[in-house]
Amino acid sequence: MDGEQVKAWEALCVEEQPPACVAACPLHVDFRGMAEKIAAGDFVGAFALYARVVPLPAILAHVCDHPCETACRRAEAGGALRIAALERACVEEAYAVLKRAPQRLRRPKSVAIVGVGLAGLTAAHDLAMKGHAVTVFEADATALERLRHFDPAILPPSAIEADLGGLVSLGVEIRCRSRIVGGDGPLGLDRLAENHDAVLLAPGRGRTPAFAPTVALGPDGRVVAAAGSGATSHPKIFAAHVRMSEADPVGGDFADYSPIGSAHDGRRAANTIDRFLQGASLTAARGDEGGHASCLYVEVSAHPPVAPIDPADPAHGYDHAEAIAEAARCFPCRCRECVKACEYLARHGGYPKRYVREIWNNDGIVMGNRKANRMIDGCTLCGLCAEICPNDLSMGEVCLDARRSMVRRGKMPASHHDFALREFAFYRSAEATLARNEPGFAASEVVFFPGCQLAGSDPDAVVAIWSHLRARISGGVGLLLDCCGAPAHWAGRVDLVEEARAAFETEWRRMGRPAVVTACASCLKMLRELHPDVPAESLWTRLAAIGLPEAPPVVSPPLSIHDPCTARHDHATQAAVRAIAAARGLEVRELDGADRTTCCGYGGLSVYADPETADRIVERRIGQSEDDYLAWCAMCRDTFARHGKRTAHLLDFVFPKSDGDDPAGRPDPGLSARRDARLRLKARLLREAWGETVSDDEPIMAIQVPEDVRLDMERKLILVEDVTRTIAEAEASGRRLKDPASGRLIAAHRAGEVTYWVAYEPEGDGFVLRRAWSHRMRVEAKP
Amino acid sequence: MIDALGSAASSSLICLSCDAPLEPGKIEASYLGQSFPVDLPRCPKCGFVYVSEELASGKMLKVEQALEDK
Ligand code: SF4
Ligand code: SF4
Ligand code: SF4
Ligand SMILES: [Zn+2]
Repeated sequence: MDGEQVKAWEALCVEEQPPACVAACPLHVDFRGMAEKIAAGDFVGAFALYARVVPLPAILAHVCDHPCETACRRAEAGGALRIAALERACVEEAYAVLKRAPQRLRRPKSVAIVGVGLAGLTAAHDLAMKGHAVTVFEADATALERLRHFDPAILPPSAIEADLGGLVSLGVEIRCRSRIVGGDGPLGLDRLAENHDAVLLAPGRGRTPAFAPTVALGPDGRVVAAAGSGATSHPKIFAAHVRMSEADPVGGDFADYSPIGSAHDGRRAANTIDRFLQGASLTAARGDEGGHASCLYVEVSAHPPVAPIDPADPAHGYDHAEAIAEAARCFPCRCRECVKACEYLARHGGYPKRYVREIWNNDGIVMGNRKANRMIDGCTLCGLCAEICPNDLSMGEVCLDARRSMVRRGKMPASHHDFALREFAFYRSAEATLARNEPGFAASEVVFFPGCQLAGSDPDAVVAIWSHLRARISGGVGLLLDCCGAPAHWAGRVDLVEEARAAFETEWRRMGRPAVVTACASCLKMLRELHPDVPAESLWTRLAAIGLPEAPPVVSPPLSIHDPCTARHDHATQAAVRAIAAARGLEVRELDGADRTTCCGYGGLSVYADPETADRIVERRIGQSEDDYLAWCAMCRDTFARHGKRTAHLLDFVFPKSDGDDPAGRPDPGLSARRDARLRLKARLLREAWGETVSDDEPIMAIQVPEDVRLDMERKLILVEDVTRTIAEAEASGRRLKDPASGRLIAAHRAGEVTYWVAYEPEGDGFVLRRAWSHRMRVEAKP
Repeated sequence: MIDALGSAASSSLICLSCDAPLEPGKIEASYLGQSFPVDLPRCPKCGFVYVSEELASGKMLKVEQALEDK
């Protein structure tokens, strides 16, 4: 796989982007995480999340100007979360558990901070946590003078004392009545810079003429500081309140006073100073500091509006129960739209960004377990995720690319696609294929390409369609029984796809470059991708154009229509299908619409590589409506029938078989019968259309397979042909075991990479099969 | 992995070609170029090895899959 492409895929998934509230908070408090904990009653856990990033939790919980609430997406459904009030409720309930462990440095540096506002104290906290020795100088008699003018009902003095106490216990020294001025002298800035490794000027936002001449001032009387980093004209001295970029106005006012903004100024400055003390770049990789907009996609309309909770006692704020109720209003914001829609994505417990990374890691493993193999092969490649994702990320594309890479490197697990590829080889073999012009024509105007599934599932329909096409199209309608290459494509086998492509092209040219009409949506998609020069068309659009055969109107209850996933974007065919259904008098109901259809599990060979996932996809689909379903792909129909869902094929109504039959009740013929039907169809066509003498191949031995055994074999991907060969060989060679208890005979036969086992009994002059099983490992007795 | 396959639990099956009851014996199991010894029931005369359905769809399948993911 290509690393750049993988990165581009990863970047499309926004699930790991912070939600709006977290992005808007300059300190990026994980409020989504807090809300989940508060709603669960875990206020201590919520407080721990808060205090992890908030330096002065008691103070800020009271005075924060909460830009998060303005951003909260709940605003669109009842009202923004009362985030500040919830944070306060947490602080009130859990502040006592606050514990902080500063780093221990072998050689702590010393930092002087001038000014004890929220910025200065935040910087003091951050630098002390990094293990530095911090001294704060304040001109006033008490620290946080400005905050003491707040209404005590809003900011109780006890909160100030609590946070100051916290700083002191981190080792921060606060010296009041110490007005620092520029120049030399006992409280001069020169002296401060001499005696410390770094100095931070955090006197509040405004004019600061007192610091001249140690640092240069601009014409407006402010310290001249580099945008972003806050570096001043003195190499050791930095300013806390700085413009973020050169583009911001120089002389004008900074943004309005914002307590959380000031705290963030302090955090930035502490980061700068820490970088300076470590000799690191002051400017590199500082992109995500401060509040910003969120690009997380949230389907707000999925949430019914709920109004905010008002505290019973507004002066006191939320009590425990009120806080839980308010926090429960948080969605919480996540995307995962594709995960909600796709059983396969849901089954692996994550979301595409993580999956892409796991698949990429899997791809790079040289020695060791490739844990993502089954995940890669479980996707149906149905394209629903790309349809839903706000950024069109297609997991199918990712998985197909990974499969090709596995095949290239010889790392594709042998068992995942072995059966499907043997089927592919059978359906492409000389025994099963047929390519002929209509009798009496040297070339074809149109060639009918039924596709393997329809030919195996409903051979009578193939005969009926072909004869109808011949009746309505005068220039010769040829017939081409072959495989389009889809199974090889899904298996990542570029080589086999190319073989199928080349073979098709040869036949198509030989038949006079006819228009191709196919009954299968997957074939159509493959043909269009592999043969851009071939005019390929769906049977349904062609039928809509040439008209339907005469037939009495249908009597049927309303049917819910299921479109094949490979026709997701084929709007012309979808419309033709609906028009034909209507013309036959069917009342058709939509499930989620054709664009949002799901796969039947056959797509991507998911049913072979990860049958449990395929089953879940089908179960969800067939549970969507009580109606009988209407399918127009033979594979979808047979799969739903196998899972017990009554499903008719649209062809059943276009070419009705006989009066009184129940198209939705037709069982799934299964793998063995489908193969058999294909061979018989070919022989029948040769006889009926071309007058050749061909007889149906009779099996080498007639074995009775009871229905329960047959179904068990279908699940195990064992064909009747496999067990017949095993029994025939055992009977011929005499190599059999006997179970005296049951009287059963047991035999084995190795075919290719698989050993087949049978347990059977003689009955009459034949045999009846009791069990069949298989394995891939070889076992040999040591001499 | 080697032990995982061991299922020497003696079976009461009889080899019809040799008219001999199967007995546990040393067997070489191999898949994808890896081989390892296991104990499985086999005919002491002709060496016909028996793999039960339970073994094939249980432990043996797990080992096959583990080897495929290596
Ligand atoms: S709904 Fe919850 S997660 Fe989303 S923005 Fe609001 S508080 Fe944050
Ligand atoms: S099964 Fe379909 S919707 Fe699910 S990941 Fe694969 S392509 Fe996407
Ligand atoms: S829809 Fe899925 S892939 Fe797209 S951004 Fe959302 S979680 Fe990620
Ligand atoms: Zn023997």
